[in-house]
Amino acid sequence: MQAAGLTKQVLSGDSPLTILHDVSFAVEAGDSLAIVGASGSGKSTLLGLLAGLDVPTSGSVSLNGADIFAQDEDGRARLRGELAGFVFQSFQLLPALNALENVMLPLELAGVSDARQRAEASLQQVGLTARAHHLPKHLSGGEQQRVALARAFVSQPKILFADEPTGNLDAATGAQVIDLMLELNRAQGTTLILVTHDDKLAARCKRQLRLAAGEVVQ
Amino acid sequence: MNLLRLSLNLLRRDWRAGEWRVLLLALVLAVGSLATVGLFADRVRQALQEQAQSLIGADLRITSTRPFSSDYRQQALARGMQVVQSRTFPSMVSHGERVLLSELQAVERGYPLRGKIEIDDGELHVAEAIPASGTVWVDERLLRRLGLEVGGEVGIGARRFEVAARIVKDIDQSIGFASFAPRVLMNEQDLAETGLLQEGSRLSYRLMIAGEAKQVAALKVALQAKLSGNEKLEDVRDARPEIRTALERAESFLGLAALTAAILAGAAMALAARRFVLRHLDGCAVMRCLGAQQGQVLWLFLNQFILLGLIAVLLGSLLGYGTQALLVESIASMRDANLPQPSVLPLLQASVSGFALLLGFAFLPLLQLRKVSPLRVLRRELGAPEASGWLVYGVATLVLASLFLWHAGSLKLGLAVLGGLLAGLMLFGWLAWLMLHGLARNVFFMRSQWRHAFNNLSRHGRSAAVQVVALSLGGMALLVLTMVRGDLLQGWQSKLPPETPNRFVVNIQPDQVEAIRDFFKQQSLPAPEMQPMVRGRLVEIGGRAISGDDYPDPRARGLVEREFNLSYMTQMPSWNQLVSGRWWAEDGKGELSVEEGIAKTLGIKLGDELTYDVAGSRFTAKVTSLRKVEWDSMKVNFFVITTPELLEDYPSSYLSSFYLPSDKVRVGDELSREFPNLLLIDTGAVIAQVRGIMDQIAQTVSAVFLFTLLTGLAVLYAALLSTQDERSHEAAILRTLGADSRYLRRLHLSEFAVLGGLSGLFAAGGAVLLGWVLARFVLEIPASFDPLIWLVGIGGGILIVTLSGWLATRKLTQQPPLRILAAD
Repeated sequence: MQAAGLTKQVLSGDSPLTILHDVSFAVEAGDSLAIVGASGSGKSTLLGLLAGLDVPTSGSVSLNGADIFAQDEDGRARLRGELAGFVFQSFQLLPALNALENVMLPLELAGVSDARQRAEASLQQVGLTARAHHLPKHLSGGEQQRVALARAFVSQPKILFADEPTGNLDAATGAQVIDLMLELNRAQGTTLILVTHDDKLAARCKRQLRLAAGEVVQ
Repeated sequence: MNLLRLSLNLLRRDWRAGEWRVLLLALVLAVGSLATVGLFADRVRQALQEQAQSLIGADLRITSTRPFSSDYRQQALARGMQVVQSRTFPSMVSHGERVLLSELQAVERGYPLRGKIEIDDGELHVAEAIPASGTVWVDERLLRRLGLEVGGEVGIGARRFEVAARIVKDIDQSIGFASFAPRVLMNEQDLAETGLLQEGSRLSYRLMIAGEAKQVAALKVALQAKLSGNEKLEDVRDARPEIRTALERAESFLGLAALTAAILAGAAMALAARRFVLRHLDGCAVMRCLGAQQGQVLWLFLNQFILLGLIAVLLGSLLGYGTQALLVESIASMRDANLPQPSVLPLLQASVSGFALLLGFAFLPLLQLRKVSPLRVLRRELGAPEASGWLVYGVATLVLASLFLWHAGSLKLGLAVLGGLLAGLMLFGWLAWLMLHGLARNVFFMRSQWRHAFNNLSRHGRSAAVQVVALSLGGMALLVLTMVRGDLLQGWQSKLPPETPNRFVVNIQPDQVEAIRDFFKQQSLPAPEMQPMVRGRLVEIGGRAISGDDYPDPRARGLVEREFNLSYMTQMPSWNQLVSGRWWAEDGKGELSVEEGIAKTLGIKLGDELTYDVAGSRFTAKVTSLRKVEWDSMKVNFFVITTPELLEDYPSSYLSSFYLPSDKVRVGDELSREFPNLLLIDTGAVIAQVRGIMDQIAQTVSAVFLFTLLTGLAVLYAALLSTQDERSHEAAILRTLGADSRYLRRLHLSEFAVLGGLSGLFAAGGAVLLGWVLARFVLEIPASFDPLIWLVGIGGGILIVTLSGWLATRKLTQQPPLRILAAD
């Protein structure tokens, strides 16, 4: 993945407000990168752009050599479905679907035929086979995040985007989830882009990118 | 295929989580109420139609004083319709010493084509055939006046007949005086033998035709062009004007009720859909994030919606069918009327409408979901995407507009209601937003929970405004329906009050006027008003000679070509209403007052000079007033009234109408005996029939109204649920910050009171305007302005919304806050 000159401005009242300014870097396949910085430094905005969830004011992101912003929103969605997995601070499980169904969701959207078997296998990897038929609201935070991990890895993504994955968890549970994530990451050879304000967690990634006021400082 | 399974799965899950309940409830209620109103109206319409048809015994009736060209019959038969002919004429009927002028009708086999004659030939039953040759059926009046019983013999012309039955319920009565004479029904085959068919016999021919509605309409058009001046074509609607207007207004009302149900359902669904969208924003963002394309998201929800629609339509149809059956069973006169079974059309109509409502009110908001930014997974504060383009909304409006027009059954009604609705939608929304904000800024002097309530409502400006709009529209529709219903019922009751004249007297000679007054005094009955009548023909308008050829309209032509009844008087009859000009002074001379309808037909204006030919001599006078006449008031009415000096010297006879209580029926017979030259006409039976039909219409209107009220509850439910999530979240935060449940309850109640009051205010305002438009332009009845409506609107709004709001939020103030916050 390569980011070049990423800049994001939004209108705040009448004057433009720069959230990200000229961010460039590259991540090799299989690498892990932690984006760190204080609240409001532009971490999440950068992650959103890298994952193609938002479009930049200027600059480009290429994934596997293809410029993701050359595509329209549906094209980027397809790319995300094929290449990317996501883990969020607030888990983002669909409340109406049980754990297994949540894990099946990306496969079903992609039209995969053996979605159920693969989802079950993925749940087994995160150790939640017994909780497969529980709805998210009946799972603890750590369990919910493990379901989210199973969902993120079930489609064997080339790249995993994680936004403060431990932000809503206590330290012990958070550590377990991180261990699990890094282990899956290693096992599948996935590229990892992790946003966090936790330096200890960031240190477990191969590289760190520190943002302050929208600019790369380190 | 996978996607379909996924959508079914999502539907099943969402269903379990209760996400679809409101939407389904609103849709089931929508389809249910549309089906109820539709089925019910269909049955009543069919029954009324049947009853009305029985008034003329057919779908179409042509009357003439000459035999018909065989072409008419051929045309009808060629279209596969049924035809029978009858001949009617006045003749003396004798029994022993007594003779009585009666109306004889000779009928062919197959008569009547529509409606049933009930007879009593020892037992009461519906006649299966026509009188057998050699026998006649007669009505009660004839039996009574001739002192006759069933089984006796009467003489008609040169032949004697056995009276085989008494006619209990008659049909096919013509409009006009002759028909009110006692009736005798005989077989056409016997007519020749009576020897009554001679040159100069006053025969009236009737050709009766029946067929399917389309055939009838087509034939009517085809025949209308061929009719000669003395042939009159009537269909059911022409037969009795008072029933026609009652029927039309009832249909308009039922249309309005169905529309109201649709509006209410639409409002409920719009609210439910809004809630659905808000609750699914996150899910959609996640799916987009996981690679779902816009089309996939749309497809996922479309599948679910279609399935939901199918379920709702099925349940709604069942509900509608059951409810209307229950409704009919619960109204005694309906149950007894043996209403015909409904057709499937209303069910179909309700189902299609249900889908249109679903797509229009619920699916369009879902189009937003498709456009949810996947970025929402990172930044939850991103709201719902902006509503889609004008095109989509334009199409939706168009679909809904056609739906409206369809249900209204009349373009005028549909447009009026639709216009009112759209205007209300925009105005209420704008006003609600403005007032909530305005009030919030000026609440510093209020007590804490009120201040908080206003601030809360204004902060949630959009959802609060949506709630107010939905509640206002629902309230407006219900209030309009209430007002219109009251006006209609009152109109009908005043149309035929209990003492409506039930006897006409014709042919009173001038020297009998005093004697008749005395007769009534002796019978201790109020003396009837008697009006002089002179027959004359209009020959000139404004000095210009006119003839029938000047008027293409057959009715106008008939009016010019024949003589009609003129009268003279000094006072305007109290049951007439002056519409322009002024009534003449006590000693006014050379003035005319013309009925507004005929003035319009013949092109007569106020100030015109009219010349009349009366018995060979002419007079000219000026039109100084136009009057409105209630033709269906059963009172004596005249097209043209003159000042007395113009007609006084011409030979005249007097007319009168009066009310005879049922215990004084014999007075009529005595009057006939004492003044044998009088023609006394009994209109009691006709009045009873008309009143019966009107009563049924009135009850229908009330029953349908009740049901529509129930649909209103769905709106309320959806409106309250629509902000339940926000409210529950806020309540949890406030409780965490130390608010006790008493405070929360007061806060919620204050909010609901404001919502209810605002909605009630808007609803009443909208209802007054829309009700006026409807009464004035659509139903054409006088609009009443009851200031009570403001009180009912505002008071009712506050009371109902607060009360049900309290019921709905009762639990919120008791739940532990953590459970709610954790669930968010």
